[in-house]
Amino acid sequence: MSVEPGGVVKLAESAIELTGVTKIFGGANPVKALDDVALTVAQGQFVAIVGPSGCGKSTILNLVAGFEEPTAGSVLVNGAPVAGPGPDRAVVFQEAALFPWLSVWENTVFSPKARSRPEGEYKEKARQFLARVGLSEFHDHLPAQLSGGMKQRVGLARTLVMEPQLFLMDEPFGALDAQTRIDMQELLLSVWDELRRTVVFITHDVDEAILLADVVFVMSARPGRIRSRVPIDLPRPRSIDLITDPTFVALKREIFNQIRHEASAARAGAH
Amino acid sequence: MSATGTTGSTIRGAASGVPVIRSLPAWLVVLIVPVATLALWELAGRAGLLPTGLIPTPTMTANAWYVWAFGPDSGGFNAYSGTWGGVVANSAQRVAQGYVLAVLIAVPTGILIGWSAVVARLLDPTIQSLRPIPITAWLPFSIAMFGIQDYGAIFLICLGAFYPILINTTHGARSLDQNLLRAALMMGASSRVILFRVVLPNALPAIFAGMRIGAGIAWSAVIVAELVAVKSGLGYVLWDAYYIGRMDVVVADMASIGVLGFLTDRLLIALEHRLIRWRYVR
Repeated sequence: MSVEPGGVVKLAESAIELTGVTKIFGGANPVKALDDVALTVAQGQFVAIVGPSGCGKSTILNLVAGFEEPTAGSVLVNGAPVAGPGPDRAVVFQEAALFPWLSVWENTVFSPKARSRPEGEYKEKARQFLARVGLSEFHDHLPAQLSGGMKQRVGLARTLVMEPQLFLMDEPFGALDAQTRIDMQELLLSVWDELRRTVVFITHDVDEAILLADVVFVMSARPGRIRSRVPIDLPRPRSIDLITDPTFVALKREIFNQIRHEASAARAGAH
Repeated sequence: MSATGTTGSTIRGAASGVPVIRSLPAWLVVLIVPVATLALWELAGRAGLLPTGLIPTPTMTANAWYVWAFGPDSGGFNAYSGTWGGVVANSAQRVAQGYVLAVLIAVPTGILIGWSAVVARLLDPTIQSLRPIPITAWLPFSIAMFGIQDYGAIFLICLGAFYPILINTTHGARSLDQNLLRAALMMGASSRVILFRVVLPNALPAIFAGMRIGAGIAWSAVIVAELVAVKSGLGYVLWDAYYIGRMDVVVADMASIGVLGFLTDRLLIALEHRLIRWRYVR
């Protein structure tokens, strides 16, 4: 597997392009979360970003989502600079972030309703997506009545209904138990095989990153930089059985080495 | 039911207590303290331990209350006979008017203060500097402004209920989880949609907490106003009955205020459970 340092790969029509992105969080003790990050995601690509906690991987996602602004550098989505959040970039949050006062159905159709779309335009689609994530029978349930995995299914369904340009997923399965996490990974794989939309998936789970993504970016710890870009040339459709495959294991070893090297470099730098 | 009305909030297992009491049914345990208090009071009165002619016994109070409520309208010697319903209606109407006005002003104002830093800067200092003035201190001002009539009482009730509703609503609007706001933004919700479909429902539990505190203050305020500034209602009767030495009516009046305050709180709790069903579903 080839590793391209810096991860700068120019593509004709990139979905996401970060150039020289630095993010400093102000306050009494300013923290440099990202330092001169360059990253390109091709159209329809599934990209995973892995790295130790606090490496700024969620900050990258927040910049693309438009929740935060870069201190320096540019963040382009489909060639245009990001100017705040919008329904073209759907976000799946770690803690689902469902509205507790709305039913499963109302949460699912929140976006088209909030944008006053005619009901005929989204109702049937939303019903299909809710069935796709296996929650048709929980139509009228409230989030408090759902398990963590089910909440995350609603979190996924409501972004599918938006039919966005790209999906941004911030450790969406990080808080789930092992079995539920595997179920969700398989669900995401099969949904993605149908849609083939651009995905940026943040995780600290290397298995998860390799299983899902076309490309894995490995980040270094504070200040966050892209350490390497690892293409995952595993055939699709993929399933969880892949994790014992020799190629998978080799990729995993390679990425672990990157992270380990990174961690020892950080320790050496600290002395 | 505790004084704050938060039922079932005690820690299970932590309430040990006397084994005999623990083995009794719940409804019986609830009755022990009130029944014992009334019984002691009654016995003390009959034994002559209370100032004679000044402090009535529970049975005397109950009698006076009964005549006040159900006695013939022109009671001859008893000016209060059969007037309870009208008196209660007077007070309740003022409470309702002042309270609804307070809710109508405090909820939108609180949401805006919680939502907008500019509105907060604009209104908060004024509200915070007026808030320490107790409603009792507003009495002379209120009489000077509105004279001896309903408006003075409604003003005091509204003012008293306003602050807790406003402060709780502001707190509720500010307590929005950052991720819920971000979720709404990424789904393309406008400021108006976020205000009405995210900030407001998120603040509802806090709004109700403020409304319950406000309702208690509203009943205090109506009594204060009627003691001084209005010539009818439970507060007026309280003082009037005291002057003519009808302490049995005074105590029945106090009990009436307690019952009405309690019922108001129950009404708000019922409304809360209906409106904020999502908070109680498990």
